[in-house]
Amino acid sequence: MRALAALLLAAPMLLALACVALGWLAVDGETADYVWRNAIPRVAPTTLVLALVVPALAALLGVGAAWLTAVHDFPGRRWLHVALIVPLAIPAYLLATVYIGWLDYAGPVQTLGRSLLGSGFALPPIRSTGGAALTLALALYPYVYLLAHSAFASQGRRCLEVGQSLGMTRRQALWRVALPMARPWLAGGMLLVMMETVADFGAVAAFNVDTFTVAIYQTWFALFSISGALSLASVLVVIAVLVAALERRQRAARAYAGDLSPVRHRIALHGRRAWLASGTLGLLVLVAAVAPTLQLLAWAIKHAADFDGRYWRFAANSLSLAAMATAVLVAGATTLAWAQRGGGHLPRLAARAAQSGYALPGAVLAVALFWPLARLSGWVNALTPAHWPTLLLHTSLLTLLLAYGARFMAVASQPVESAFLRITPAVEDAARSLGLRGAALWRLVHLPMVRSGLLTAAVLVFIDVMKELPMTLMTRPYGWDTLAVRVFEMTAEGEWERAAVPGIGIVLLGLLPIAWLVNLGERPAHLSADHHAA
Amino acid sequence: MPPQSASRRLRALLPALLLGTLTACGQPSAPDDPLVIYSSRNEQLIKPLLDRYTQDTGQAIELVTGKDGPLLQRLRAEGLNSPADLLLTVDAGNLWKAADDGLLQAVDSATLRKNVPNHLRDPDDRWVGLSVRARTIAYSTQRVDAAALSTYAALGEPQWKDRLCLRTSKKVYNQSLVAMMIAAEGADAAQQTVERWVANLAAEPFANDTAVLQAIAAGQCDVGIVNSYYFGRLQRETPDIPVALFWPNQDPALSDAAGVHVNISGAGVTKSADDPAAAIALLEWLSAGDAQARFAGDNMEYPVNPAIDPVPLVAAWGDFTPNLINVSQAGALQPDAVKLMERAGYR
Repeated sequence: MRALAALLLAAPMLLALACVALGWLAVDGETADYVWRNAIPRVAPTTLVLALVVPALAALLGVGAAWLTAVHDFPGRRWLHVALIVPLAIPAYLLATVYIGWLDYAGPVQTLGRSLLGSGFALPPIRSTGGAALTLALALYPYVYLLAHSAFASQGRRCLEVGQSLGMTRRQALWRVALPMARPWLAGGMLLVMMETVADFGAVAAFNVDTFTVAIYQTWFALFSISGALSLASVLVVIAVLVAALERRQRAARAYAGDLSPVRHRIALHGRRAWLASGTLGLLVLVAAVAPTLQLLAWAIKHAADFDGRYWRFAANSLSLAAMATAVLVAGATTLAWAQRGGGHLPRLAARAAQSGYALPGAVLAVALFWPLARLSGWVNALTPAHWPTLLLHTSLLTLLLAYGARFMAVASQPVESAFLRITPAVEDAARSLGLRGAALWRLVHLPMVRSGLLTAAVLVFIDVMKELPMTLMTRPYGWDTLAVRVFEMTAEGEWERAAVPGIGIVLLGLLPIAWLVNLGERPAHLSADHHAA
Repeated sequence: MPPQSASRRLRALLPALLLGTLTACGQPSAPDDPLVIYSSRNEQLIKPLLDRYTQDTGQAIELVTGKDGPLLQRLRAEGLNSPADLLLTVDAGNLWKAADDGLLQAVDSATLRKNVPNHLRDPDDRWVGLSVRARTIAYSTQRVDAAALSTYAALGEPQWKDRLCLRTSKKVYNQSLVAMMIAAEGADAAQQTVERWVANLAAEPFANDTAVLQAIAAGQCDVGIVNSYYFGRLQRETPDIPVALFWPNQDPALSDAAGVHVNISGAGVTKSADDPAAAIALLEWLSAGDAQARFAGDNMEYPVNPAIDPVPLVAAWGDFTPNLINVSQAGALQPDAVKLMERAGYR
């Protein structure tokens, strides 16, 4: 039953993986030669640097910020907590455009610098691997932040108190107690950042930095070889699955279920330390969220004439697609987590397959899914007089939702699986001994304990789907243009400033689930406290 | 908040989800048999014109926009079941590729042959150009004397050391340019030119043409290669921008290499088209008269039809002789051009 459910959830991704693997059979010798001798050696070093540096920077920002906001108290903490999540809603390619616009030679910062300090003034070039790494870290650190915050907040303060009672300083307690105990969350967040970095195209293209994904698209679009592109992409998938497996093996032997009493008394920071905390986080929020949003807003206002009635439709499409995908994915990820709790290799392998889509560039995954489905419906059509399979393919959201499901299962799964780690066998045994079984066990014990993980997953997926472009572009039925599609329409011809009109829409709509999460996130504390009291 | 309210919210969401799926499935399939266009030309550049066609003729049109690569794969995967009747792109290379993959059908139209010059349509009549995109030299009016400029290749001369800005070689416009250079002068000469360009670069290649023009205006470099309509957009916003366009390769003695590099935005009728005649009728309408003027003019491109004048702002840049090699070469030689640029270190 558990294995069957896991396999079913992995089915679309397995189909896509088979299609990607078939690339090797179809690729011609000349292109294969080009891929191995030319493309991979050229892009591997940059990709490796970004795949290591971006998660490291994101962890530095995300964990540091989460340690402050989850465990401490200082002026502006609640506001900063919300604001620190906001960059999640800003698509990385728009952030890249904003930073390049400001910091390149022709931008306002360097122009001002030259006029004040003479023509010799120059910043290090923003369009470089370093610039791309910094930008991606600022765009992606909220994945780590959200997961780390959820880990620290659910660790319970008693662990820290025990540490301190054993004579640890607060810093030692962070390094030796809090961080090791938050490990699955941190590793999960960093893994998401790494996969997002490797699969990113829009941002690295803006910096003209060549990664694996750039080579994949170059092979496909410029060398006209889809099979070459698929075979390159298969290398990415293999690496992503290996990294994920390695991380799990490392942590497999440990237990992370802790005392669940939430942080009720935060460590209050005073004086200089308090202002240092507020100031540092404020600066991060200013650079990663406030200033870029204001810039997008300014561009959008400049091109406000573009805004017409159709935008309501685009926004409604974005919202309903995100809502549908979120429902599908949170349910799917919960089922996957449940399936893996039974033990056994098959559910675990199926889960790894189901989660591997995040490492694939979106357009590649879209083709790999669309191709078999289109062929299949074509055959069915040829056999029967009815045209419903093709009609279903062209006019329903089936392909698109399958594509979202395949691509974002990893995003939904990281917080959900981490949350399930908190449910110890002891808790389950106790519940069962009290006669709880099936739905009641789920509703009264599991759900309250994993609730914050599900909420985090829902918000991450909702925002990711709203930002998603390549798969939406390729598999949306007629009439389902979204705000992200609108951004593409503008940027495809280099109209970056006009792209801010739909772009700011994505950011603003992304704030809705963030506000919702924060609002609900304040509650599980006394929810579970009530349960304890009861 | 009591725990059950979360599930109540979910339950409230459910009808909306179902409704979304149903309306999607319930899209009318083909009540008045609309013409379906797969287009990599932006919606805002084509939709107003298509709306007018619908108004004038009653022909319903469904426009599906996307990137060339995925659109072509979609057409291939759908095969003869594809709803698409027309494929519209912004470069010749992808039309060439679609035709090469057997996705387009030959069209026999005297009107199209009359309105579109030979070198701007498929020798086998499977696609036609609808507007011309000229890729030319932009220079700083403050630091460059136009008399110093002559050809694309001459931008590799030592006098332009650290003064040249280029867009990334990953953009199809540059791939087409180099492919046409290979067609005109051979791969060796083309590679030498590209290597010399790279040696003259003042900055890492830019992600778009607008950035190249802004770099020239700001003084980061003095010359660059851009599509003319990007300059038009900047000029419309900033009329006194200290940048101008130069038409290179105007000396007929250059023989095959003579003329400004042009590409097309164009279209072809798909093999899956239910009603090819309706698709051809739209192409013919777009190739002449006011529709042709607007197709090009809305993006400050050049009309393919020699009988139509470009919009005034574009006409003010002066006349030029285009390169006359058939633009299908841009597609056929594109893979060679890409590998050549990589060898030359042009990123």
